Amino acid sequence: MTLIVKTITRLTVGLILLYGIYIVTHGHLSPGGGFAGGVIIALSFVHLMLAFGKDLALKKLSESLASFFESFGAIMFLTIALLGFIGGYFFFNFVFKGKPFNLFSAGIIPLCNIAICLKVGAGLFAVFVALVLLSSTTQKGNK
Amino acid sequence: MFELYFLLLFMILGAIIAVEMKDLLSSVVAVGAVGLGLSVAFLILKAPDLAITQLVVEILCLIILIRATIRRDIPPLERGKEVVGSIMVLLFIGGFLFFAYSALKDLPSFGHPIMRVSQNYLAEGLKKTGATNLVTSVILDFRAYDTLGEATVLFTAVVGVLVVLRRIGRKKVGEIVKEEDE
Amino acid sequence: MIYLMCLILFSIGIYCILVKRNLIKIIIGIGIVEYAVNLFFILLGYRAGGRAPILDEKQVVQNMVDPLPQALILTAIVIGLAVTVLIVSIAVRIYEKYGTFDITKIRRLRG
Repeated sequence: MTLIVKTITRLTVGLILLYGIYIVTHGHLSPGGGFAGGVIIALSFVHLMLAFGKDLALKKLSESLASFFESFGAIMFLTIALLGFIGGYFFFNFVFKGKPFNLFSAGIIPLCNIAICLKVGAGLFAVFVALVLLSSTTQKGNK
Repeated sequence: MFELYFLLLFMILGAIIAVEMKDLLSSVVAVGAVGLGLSVAFLILKAPDLAITQLVVEILCLIILIRATIRRDIPPLERGKEVVGSIMVLLFIGGFLFFAYSALKDLPSFGHPIMRVSQNYLAEGLKKTGATNLVTSVILDFRAYDTLGEATVLFTAVVGVLVVLRRIGRKKVGEIVKEEDE
Repeated sequence: MIYLMCLILFSIGIYCILVKRNLIKIIIGIGIVEYAVNLFFILLGYRAGGRAPILDEKQVVQNMVDPLPQALILTAIVIGLAVTVLIVSIAVRIYEKYGTFDITKIRRLRG
């Protein structure tokens, strides 16, 4: 990629990641939530891969680490759901609900948002890595 | 709601361009324009959660579609279109639109919904969950089981993609199989 | 009237799926059908003169649009992404094996 694209990527990729984390953690106060934030975090890594090539992006987040995060997010979501049995039924909101409009309020909802963000972000990044690896071996195989 | 009609007209024109263009890259760009118009339509209809999600999902879909079509743009040989098939499809669509128009009269008019369950959610959402974003409280507290199902669907799709795009499989005669880490 | 325009968008997508022969055009048609269905649901839940369903600190009147269709369509958008990603990856594999995207030539079944 050209020099302009590489410079702009170096300046903005950290800000995109930070914006994604903001949307996830404030999911219960303003619009957003786990799914949109997870896709934004995946997009920041994809941006890095499009500008610099797959080797540098895979050094930042290898495939085994992405697979670990995806499974960890799914298991965390299920564990939070099963722990609701403490209060009575599946998915019961058992954490203390603080005052509204605070960051630490609304029970299990911020924890669920973080779990879903990890799952969606890591999964979509793994899909893009698989697509890139396939086309690169196709190109090498055809030559 | 003049701007909503205008936006829908823009989306219909974009869809017609995406369907009829022969160049694959141009039709992918046109479908991207339809998706971005949909995101603005969600904003006009007072749904900011959906507008953010539709925007970023649309961008990711565009990146994956362009990645799939950019070096494989060989136009197929047009050996004469099937005229009989097209006419039958157009007749079917005409019949469908006619019956849909007479069925749409039973719906409540645009702007006055019957919110039988949502009155409950709006009145007691803050008290029962403590979250001020009522859409998040619906998807993660009142209907969290659906979110569990959606997480499962996403997981299955990712596993499916990683299985389809493997290189280790059957070996043909004379083909060199490269060992890939996944 | 606006419902009818939404259904016209849906029927453009259906026409694209049934008539076109290129596999990528079929995927584009499926995408257009998804957009039309999501828009139809949100049009059903709109209240004239309403607000977004986010509570405010100094709110006086609570006249909000319906939050239930919005929650359901949030799920549907992400599932639509998952389906699109899966069928694009299958299409890429088909191109590798047969060398074309034309569906009238992809008919050999391996025994």
